[in-house]
Amino acid sequence: MSDNIVEIDNLSFGYKNRLLHKGINMVFPRGKVVAIMGGSGSGKTTLLRLIGGQLKPVSGQVKVAGKVVHEQDRSGLQALRRKMGMLFQQGALFTDLSVYENVAFPMREHTDLPESMIRDLVMMKLNAVGLRGARNLKATELSGGMARRVALARAVALDPSIIMYDEPFAGLDPISMAVICNLIRNLNDALGATSIIVTHDVQEVFSIADYVYFVANGVVAAEGSPEDLRKSELPFVHQFVHGEVDGPVPFHYAAPDYRQDILRSRNV
Amino acid sequence: MERTTIDLWVGVFAAAGAAALFGLALKVGNFNSATLGETYSVTGAFENIGSLKPRAPVKSAGVVVGRVDNIKFDTNTYEALVTVKVDKRYPFPKDTFANIYTAGLLGEQYIGLEAGGDDKMLQDGDKFSKTQDAVVLEKMISQFLYSKASETNDTKEAE
Amino acid sequence: MFSALAGMFGGIGHRIIDRLWRFGSGLRFFAYILIYSGESFRRLHLTIREIYFTGVLSLIIMLVSAFFVGMVLALQGYNTLQRYGSSEAIGVLVALSLVRELGPVVTALLFAGRAGTAITAEIGLMKATEQLSAMEMMAVSPIARVVAPRFWAGVLSMPLLAALFSMVGVLGGYMVAVPLIGVDSGAFWSQMQASVDFKEDILNGIIKSVVFGVACTLIALFEGFDAPPTAEGVSRATTRTVVNSSLAVLGLDFVMTSFMIVA
Repeated sequence: MSDNIVEIDNLSFGYKNRLLHKGINMVFPRGKVVAIMGGSGSGKTTLLRLIGGQLKPVSGQVKVAGKVVHEQDRSGLQALRRKMGMLFQQGALFTDLSVYENVAFPMREHTDLPESMIRDLVMMKLNAVGLRGARNLKATELSGGMARRVALARAVALDPSIIMYDEPFAGLDPISMAVICNLIRNLNDALGATSIIVTHDVQEVFSIADYVYFVANGVVAAEGSPEDLRKSELPFVHQFVHGEVDGPVPFHYAAPDYRQDILRSRNV
Repeated sequence: MERTTIDLWVGVFAAAGAAALFGLALKVGNFNSATLGETYSVTGAFENIGSLKPRAPVKSAGVVVGRVDNIKFDTNTYEALVTVKVDKRYPFPKDTFANIYTAGLLGEQYIGLEAGGDDKMLQDGDKFSKTQDAVVLEKMISQFLYSKASETNDTKEAE
Repeated sequence: MFSALAGMFGGIGHRIIDRLWRFGSGLRFFAYILIYSGESFRRLHLTIREIYFTGVLSLIIMLVSAFFVGMVLALQGYNTLQRYGSSEAIGVLVALSLVRELGPVVTALLFAGRAGTAITAEIGLMKATEQLSAMEMMAVSPIARVVAPRFWAGVLSMPLLAALFSMVGVLGGYMVAVPLIGVDSGAFWSQMQASVDFKEDILNGIIKSVVFGVACTLIALFEGFDAPPTAEGVSRATTRTVVNSSLAVLGLDFVMTSFMIVA
């Protein structure tokens, strides 16, 4: 078996007639923190859903732990998903449960552990994210950063070997951002897991990632370690890393010629 | 924990619902169609059954002893064949009289049984030997008018 | 002109196909619920919790409505029956209309408005905030964990609510008929008992309410599950729950009544 826990092989995916991904190749080595970066709407989150088996590729394949995800039956998919933990954009905590019950949820669903052991495990996980004291709060009473941390504790509740993060930094204040940033790296190393971070926050992710993929126009536009990419002369990477308005990533969504468009609309 | 109070409320709810069902069954409704135990069927031929319906009661001395099971039309005799199911607890003599009565002036129609004096009892599949048709209001009125008319004719002739 | 007409018919056709499509996926959804029900029965406390939310919390509005419906029936019934000199039959009228029709139907309509909308909004929001997705990624089926318990809670609650509705409605009728109008209490009950049949009337009413329970809960769950994950999508889905449930209840009521009366 290869040393890559997740392999994406010539993957294409799209809705209706518009292809979002056109032959993507990526590998995620064990124990590493790998970031997938790209502009909004470049299909980064969709990649996570493809890895998690919530979507089926048009062509190509995703392999997790050597198994092709979209060829799994229900029980096979369940088995694969139990190796994964995912942090959703807004945390996606269960609003009808308390913080404690949210973290206990995967344990209750997938194990027959006695209540005392579940309690110990929940305390451990909550302690790791620094929210042991908030265990009796309702999920709706948490601030954005706290909700994200509880969701992180829930995502790692069953000690997954792959942890996926969907925009973990979006909408957080700088302090919460730094906290989450540290947690991602520390949890990854403590659990010996592989982390996949989908984000567009360059500075934060460059400080913790081992390897970075840039996705643009449905293909991997650039890849390398953060240091390589910072020095990269590729126009797209340069634009993205330094946040320039126009460049290879156009300001305009693909449209017919402006003048023709206006003339045509006048004729209708 | 709060789960126990929820359990309590659900328990109260289920108990109240069950009690309401029992209340409906015992206080509001009756078990007329449900409580006929074992039955035997007897058939009767009527020239006119009026508006008798399946499941109409079969009464004797005012007590419900059975129900009308089905009603057919006999194309040989041009009569209505009514099959009734009578509770096994109530045996009737062979020469029992089956009448079609109306409850009140405009009420539903039912079959009344008047026991005869035969030693032998009706068995499953037997026929009523004596039947009396439903009273049809229009017929009764026309009969009444006819007899009145003939009465006046008689008196005229007598004069 | 022609193209406008073609567009109009095309639009109608499109909507019909869309409806059929949704109807089909609703039935598939129903099948999934049944398949996953086993998993949810094993953890009964989930269903009990949902019975609390759908059944117990709907109780107050049901009972108050039932009492008023019963009182109105008695008043209206008395007004008509006394012209024929049979005001004792008022108990029969109240009981039969409640047990056969108003109990199951009004309960189902109130249920759609009270519990159905709550279910749709809750599931729609869970979907919009990715809670269902999160559950799926944790290898937990949202249909088994979230949908099936709510379904069975609705199906179990509805006949209980309908029975309570009928019973309280009869009591409301009694309150008007006996102390207020002065009908004899004995006549009220005995006439009622003489003409309300357990199998023909009460049992058929219960069958109706079970069917309504399936229809209303299924519609509420499906609309929530199918709602676009936006604020507007959820609010539209909630409206659709009320409209579709009411239509389904009234339509099914006609179909079932015609079967029950003919049979």
